Amino acid sequence: MKGRVLIVDDDTPLAEMLGIVLRGQGFDPALCAHGDHALAAFREHKPDVVLLDLMLPGLNGIDVCRAIRAESDVPIVMLTAKSDTIDIVHGLESGADDYVVKPFKNGELVARVRARLRRSEDPAPELLEIGDLVIDVAGHSVKRDGGSIQLTPLEFDLLVALARKPWQVFTREVLLEQVWGYRHAADTRLVNVHVQRLRSKVERDPERPEVVVTVRGVGYKAGPA
Amino acid sequence: MAGWRRSLQLRVVTTTIVLSLVVIAVLGNFLVSRIASGLLDAKVHAALAEAATGSRTAQEAFDSADRSDPSVFDTLVRDLVESLANGGGPAGANEIVLQRGPDLTSPLAPLGVSSSPDIGPDSIPSRLSRAVGSDSAQRFTYASVTEAGRSVPAVVIGSPVVVPTVGVYELYFVFPLDAETASLDLVRRTLALAALGLVLLVGGIAWIVTRQVVTPVRMAARIAERLASGRLEERMRVRGEDDLARLAASFNKMAISLQRQIRQLEDLSRVQRRFVSDVSHELRTPLTTVRMAADVLHESRADFDPAAQRSAELLQTQLDRFEALLADLLEISRYDAGAAALEAEPTDLRLVAARVIEDTEPLAERRGSTVTLSAPRYPCFADVDDRRIERVLRNLMVNAIEHGEGRPIEVRVAQDDQAVAIAVRDHGVGLDAVAATMVFNRFWRADPARARATGGTGLGLAIAMEDAHLHGGWLQAWGESGRGSQFRLTVPRHTGVELERSPIPLEPGDSWRRRRTLAVGQAHRRVDRAGVSDA
Repeated sequence: MKGRVLIVDDDTPLAEMLGIVLRGQGFDPALCAHGDHALAAFREHKPDVVLLDLMLPGLNGIDVCRAIRAESDVPIVMLTAKSDTIDIVHGLESGADDYVVKPFKNGELVARVRARLRRSEDPAPELLEIGDLVIDVAGHSVKRDGGSIQLTPLEFDLLVALARKPWQVFTREVLLEQVWGYRHAADTRLVNVHVQRLRSKVERDPERPEVVVTVRGVGYKAGPA
Repeated sequence: MAGWRRSLQLRVVTTTIVLSLVVIAVLGNFLVSRIASGLLDAKVHAALAEAATGSRTAQEAFDSADRSDPSVFDTLVRDLVESLANGGGPAGANEIVLQRGPDLTSPLAPLGVSSSPDIGPDSIPSRLSRAVGSDSAQRFTYASVTEAGRSVPAVVIGSPVVVPTVGVYELYFVFPLDAETASLDLVRRTLALAALGLVLLVGGIAWIVTRQVVTPVRMAARIAERLASGRLEERMRVRGEDDLARLAASFNKMAISLQRQIRQLEDLSRVQRRFVSDVSHELRTPLTTVRMAADVLHESRADFDPAAQRSAELLQTQLDRFEALLADLLEISRYDAGAAALEAEPTDLRLVAARVIEDTEPLAERRGSTVTLSAPRYPCFADVDDRRIERVLRNLMVNAIEHGEGRPIEVRVAQDDQAVAIAVRDHGVGLDAVAATMVFNRFWRADPARARATGGTGLGLAIAMEDAHLHGGWLQAWGESGRGSQFRLTVPRHTGVELERSPIPLEPGDSWRRRRTLAVGQAHRRVDRAGVSDA
């Protein structure tokens, strides 16, 4: 599998090192060192995954993330030196799918990138219903009353995971494993933020969710079909 | 009673009324007694003069009377008593009693006479008649006489009169004091009324005056409370230049300096947090590059010569250690900066414990320890930040495994109505009592001379302690030297609830001390039985 990866990081030694590691794993990396040039580089390289540092000269990582998200559903993995909740939540809310906290191990980074690329393999045709939504898994589309709802691949995966087993309550850890591909329990904030993002798109009233229901103390489940 | 203790105003007003009552009572008594003695003196003065004149008139009448006829004497006496009684001089009305002197025992002498049926010889106090009988001077005393059915105080004045050929008679003038009593009563009533009015007036004045003082004080208290609750921009109104205005002004000055200091502390905290964040970023980016490079070298170490190979391995392991240390330092400085926030939600702590045990299983296997979990069948929910609780437990587990010398490790979860507790018990090297309190100190080592054999940054338990405190929980250690230790984490089931006890005792039931106590007890019983069978 040859994936194009755009690395947006102002620290050139780190960017170069990232390039070396990713190339060694069979990816095709491209580098960008300035926030202001990130969107142009994105349009030029059309990457399959974006690795995005949050602290950038010029346009900062959060803004770059929003700009890319505005025109593409490409998976975005944040590189962050900050493990403070507020920064990570901020990044995830601006559209990132996953994050890696510096310093990370090569294996961890590669696993994150692979997990985000995994979904490009063709899924079997499958039609799911959750609440009043109809999900076409193969066609990667979600419809309500005939109208289409735009979801990022990760949000889509999260919705599909819940919709496939509407009788099951998913803990955040299980969702992390199924949707994000984490082997060991990582940060459950990933799940919380993405559930909120998903709700803001698929719920009629995100304050009173009917599609993705919280089961207090346990996790989430799909609402009644 | 509560109002008494709470209200300064009530206290001041009450005290003022009580004190003014006392003062007015003393003053009133003094006034009344002065007026009474003044009235009485005037009355007595007039009465004495009148009685003296009366006595003289009587004496003259007796001296010039026709003594041959007893009936004439009787008439004379009667007329005399009548005229003296109705005299009605400046001393007011009076009654007359004429009685025989003590030496006059002759049955021939006529008996005494009085001007009123109510007043007779009985009305004359015996001490007065004794005094009158002893010499010829005028004497007086106070007595109480009955007049028209009621008792009234009176002045009684007596003097002897000599009836020629018959002997010595005693002539008494009784001046009832009813007019004076009435005047005095009027004075008393008026004074009492005035006193009542005065006390009410003083009480009212005290109320108004204290109100002027208490109102701003109460306002200050109200504003102080608002300041305490975080509304730092609250100020008192300053009016005029009196003491209360000064109080308000200094109060406001205090509030301003308080606000400034709090702002400064907030700024400092912000700067500190910013610094931690910056250091974090600045350190982590190059560390990441180093880390990745080391990973690359480590992966291809098979191609190196032995020295370079070993170097790659050392680089790898020491980077792990460096990373752990950096992460712990940043975490603890976040706590120091007060930047740690609790994101609690209901979590079943049995699941957290099971997860940690699963995660640490490879390490336990390497060390040869078996880990058992005993937990209730029902969920043990508590409002916790599961990342932090997991970190605490992982820390306790890793410590237990590393110091457990390959012996079994028991993990217990229990709950009561307030709290959930998790205890990790090992049977390894253990802790002594001093160490049990010191283990939570930063970079603390049981034996400073001993090199750190195991990993660990020296900050793990300090961070775990901070994590427990953030939840309003407890983290405590118990140990016996050479016999293992138990670490117990207790968290309240709901955030903000003060912990009172833990569902798990800190000292485990199988501690050496407890077993010894039990064994001593059993030994005693054996001795008792032996004693009985011998006898």
